[in-house]
Amino acid sequence: MTTYYSKDHEWVAVEGDVATIGITDFAQSQLGDVVFVELPDVGKTLAQGDEAAVVESVKAASEVYAPISGDVTEANDALVDAPAKVNEDPEGAAWFVKMTVSDKAELEDLMDEAAYKAFVESL
Amino acid sequence: MRYLPLSDQDRADMLARIGIGSIDDLFADIPEAARLTAPMDLPRRKSELEVERHLSRLAAQNVPASSVPFFIGGGAYKHHVPATVDHLIQRSEFLTSYTPYQPEITQGTLQALFEFQTQIANLTAMDVANASMYDGSTAAAEAVLMAHRVTKRNKAVISGGLHPHYRAVIRTMSELADDTFDILPADPTGAEDILSRIDNETSCVVVQSPSFFGQLIDLKPIAEKAHECGVLLIAVFTEVVSLGLIEPAGTQGADIVVGEGQSLGNPLTFGGPYVGLFATRQKYIRQMPGRLCGETVDADGKRGFVLTLSTREQHIRREKATSNICTNAGLCQLAFTIHMTLLGQTGFEQLAMANHAAAVKLAGMLEGIDGVELLNETFFNEFTLRLKGKDAEAIVDTLADKGIMAGVPVKRIDPVSKDVEDLLVVAATEINTDEDRAAYAAALKEVLA
Amino acid sequence: MSMNNQGRPSTPNEAGMVAEHKTFTGNKALQIEEPLIFETGRNDVTGVDIDVPLDFKPRLGSHRREAPIDLPGLSEPEAMRHYVRLSQKNYAIDMGLYPLGSCTMKHNPRLNEKMARLPGFADVHPLQPLSTVKGAVELIAQLGRWLLVTTGMASVAMSPKAGAHGELCGMMAIKAALKARGESRSKVLVPESAHGTNPATAALLGYKVVTIPAREDGTVDPASVRELLDDQVAAIMLTNPNTCGLFERDIKEIADAVHEAGAYFYCDGANFNAIVGKAKPGELGVDAMHINLHKTFSTPHGGGGPGAGPVVLSDKLAPFAPVPYVRFEGETAEFIETRAEAKEHGDTPFGRMTAFHGQMGMFIRALSFMLSHGCDGLKQASEDAVLNANYIRVGLADLMSLPFGNRPNMHEVLFDDSFLKDTGVTTLDFAKAMIDEGYHPMTMYFPLVVHGALLIEPTESESLASLDLFIATLRDLVMSAKKGETERFTGAPYHSPRRRLDETAAARKPILKWVRPEPASVEAAE
Repeated sequence: MTTYYSKDHEWVAVEGDVATIGITDFAQSQLGDVVFVELPDVGKTLAQGDEAAVVESVKAASEVYAPISGDVTEANDALVDAPAKVNEDPEGAAWFVKMTVSDKAELEDLMDEAAYKAFVESL
Repeated sequence: MRYLPLSDQDRADMLARIGIGSIDDLFADIPEAARLTAPMDLPRRKSELEVERHLSRLAAQNVPASSVPFFIGGGAYKHHVPATVDHLIQRSEFLTSYTPYQPEITQGTLQALFEFQTQIANLTAMDVANASMYDGSTAAAEAVLMAHRVTKRNKAVISGGLHPHYRAVIRTMSELADDTFDILPADPTGAEDILSRIDNETSCVVVQSPSFFGQLIDLKPIAEKAHECGVLLIAVFTEVVSLGLIEPAGTQGADIVVGEGQSLGNPLTFGGPYVGLFATRQKYIRQMPGRLCGETVDADGKRGFVLTLSTREQHIRREKATSNICTNAGLCQLAFTIHMTLLGQTGFEQLAMANHAAAVKLAGMLEGIDGVELLNETFFNEFTLRLKGKDAEAIVDTLADKGIMAGVPVKRIDPVSKDVEDLLVVAATEINTDEDRAAYAAALKEVLA
Repeated sequence: MSMNNQGRPSTPNEAGMVAEHKTFTGNKALQIEEPLIFETGRNDVTGVDIDVPLDFKPRLGSHRREAPIDLPGLSEPEAMRHYVRLSQKNYAIDMGLYPLGSCTMKHNPRLNEKMARLPGFADVHPLQPLSTVKGAVELIAQLGRWLLVTTGMASVAMSPKAGAHGELCGMMAIKAALKARGESRSKVLVPESAHGTNPATAALLGYKVVTIPAREDGTVDPASVRELLDDQVAAIMLTNPNTCGLFERDIKEIADAVHEAGAYFYCDGANFNAIVGKAKPGELGVDAMHINLHKTFSTPHGGGGPGAGPVVLSDKLAPFAPVPYVRFEGETAEFIETRAEAKEHGDTPFGRMTAFHGQMGMFIRALSFMLSHGCDGLKQASEDAVLNANYIRVGLADLMSLPFGNRPNMHEVLFDDSFLKDTGVTTLDFAKAMIDEGYHPMTMYFPLVVHGALLIEPTESESLASLDLFIATLRDLVMSAKKGETERFTGAPYHSPRRRLDETAAARKPILKWVRPEPASVEAAE
């Protein structure tokens, strides 16, 4: 399994043909206490850069963009009832969606862990 | 100038402290062409006495509702408001406070909002209500926009029983937002076939009960058909007092309930400010427009209230907000909630009954007059008369000259509908006396003879 | 000698002064805990006596309500206490300086309240025959004229119910004017410092919002506007003076560029109070501007409303004003209620914004304010508002941080949070500490163009002594933060009716109404 990162602070972990997507620890720390998560319907087709989900803290609402293109196969409904999980385990249990990978070449647009770390430090 | 605390000496000292020679140095960024050098072409300052004199003269040119037998409704109603209400809303801490963005020092406003939201939810039999809208008509337009967001469709079906001005506000909003609408013809008796207009492309169906014409409408079959098609039922009322006697829209299956709350706590004031009421189902709360107050606890664990779910609102969500609304009806909503607290369920039901009684008595007297037909089988405190073949607006004017405010001639506020020239919408409330009713009946009889 | 005072001590007892003193009730002397009406009220109690006639036969058909409503009532004395106690938990402009930038918390003269309650205004119905409301129509016309003279514009739409509603009205007029030209444009330009209502309004009408970046000094650069202008831009929405408290000095050049591109200039008039009597928006190329009567002309904010947002229009947009409106013809004013009447005058209203004629109650108050001030007083008020804000700037410039340098501002002064760097105190903490000092905090975290914004608007209602105490208080707070007294801030407020509230919990599990607790089950009772 390889994990990639976007400049918009999403991560995508690819295992075979399945990609798991969430927001990074840095993103959750910037948002503050997450109070609401809105997830896409299963079956929805997303193009790279499309709005995939919405995550809200008390004072901010942010769109989560699809870092790659594909169809949504699963949404982490547990987040809807327990949005605090996004703060607690953003890069683990608090994944947002699983989707198919329609074009592996798109992964090349993303950063690896070291590059993302450097990117965050540069902010 | 009595409202300005700075003396000329203060001003001079302050300019020196700032380090500039003239106040105009602070306005230097204004392009020269737009700067005003001469005084504006307006009168100079006036004493309190002079202002009072000026405005009292204007006020004296109007005929107050309390001074005559008064039967005008049509979306705004003359009711008695307890003296306590006006006293309390003029408390400095309510009157001169801002939106409660600092909850630690605005618990008064916030708790009153929480109580108001609960009152509205209970009244309408809905899950949640917001902290109020500008008025009933804008609340109705916001409800349509919300239905479009929820259903991801954009066609509103609008009953011919909806207040013509509400219809116009929805239509204006729809036209300019490039949405579509299907408006049914004016329907005084509730006979329209609205069910056949609802289809799978419809976003919402907007129905008023009691209707603009006073008719009570059974919302249940409309809700049923709407839900079959994935359509939201928006129920509208303009007379909130009717809810003291009539089955609420919430138990009849409405998805959004909106209405005008002016009747409680708020004077007529020539059309505003009033208070828009807005309630919906729990599952739609994130699609709601307007402010919401919620319960929480403070750092010491004590119960307190805050504005919440504000990520829906314009000041955070900007172009993705559910509405551009910013202010609510604030003090008018407070007046409503205080009046409602004074009434309680018992007083509210009695008030509703007194209104219905006044209307039943009046209708009984007027429908007996030659040339008058009462169009509504059921009604609350408002009904429609057909003054067979007569111009209702002219008759209203003639009766006004005789010192009687007879009602709303439909043609005046609905100039586009057909066959409404002789229709008159008449409202009766607890303020009307037996003498008022007798005077009206006698004058109408005389004018029609 | 007669002794009748029973020797009561008349100086405070030192032993009685303890840091924290808990009471049985949780009350703190004048600060009284107050339950919800649903917890004290009873459904069979009422504070209003109503005679219900029984000698009639209901005509409700099958529509009668069956279930109880569940609305508790309070008797009059109980209701009086309930709401007076609630009121005592609010801060108010009548209590002290309320420096909310962009919100304009100025004194609300009580004469205005008295005037709005004259039966000839408060007790007239919007649908009375026009012959019985001549004075009401005349009042709307008089206020309209004052607004036209102060702004230098051609026409005014009076009906919008609030500032944001006025924005919607102005932008609808622009959309209608474009439609009349046979054009349908897709974009609206909005600076990043704009109020949230601007992009929300544009989006509501289906426009794509294009953000104009602020230049380094906090104003809009005409060059960046020109770069974004094309034949798809319907309008620019610009606040002037802007939300950084600065006058957009290139406004004329921006307006010209916008007009050359065939677009319109919407001016957000939220800050008009800074320039009344000093400049006319009509000379700046403005096509539409709403006026917040509750800001500039002192109608009370009432804990969040009602507002009132009449919109002044240029002659290009005037024909599209919504019904009802007042048509001025020389000295006469005619009240136009319908599209058909409008057509007779060659006007083409875009529609209707609200059921009746707008916020009449606010019109009365605003006109009362304007008559009281007159042309001279209105100008003086603008000057004093600007003077006061600059006085605060100069009094704090050495200790707090001015993002655009120590230069003159208009009616409000904007600081950022760099003066708090490394203190462990945030803008929010700083604001909350002001509460303990007896002040309502300034606007925080807005505008978005600077980090941790603190936007202070004192208005013309403050005396020099009041400003000096405010400045001294803020100076003390800043020194305290810099000295590392973080507890004064991070735990604040300590003395308010409530301490900091848990907004996260409120948003995660929203409780939006009171729900009657389930009656205890039989088993639990046993």
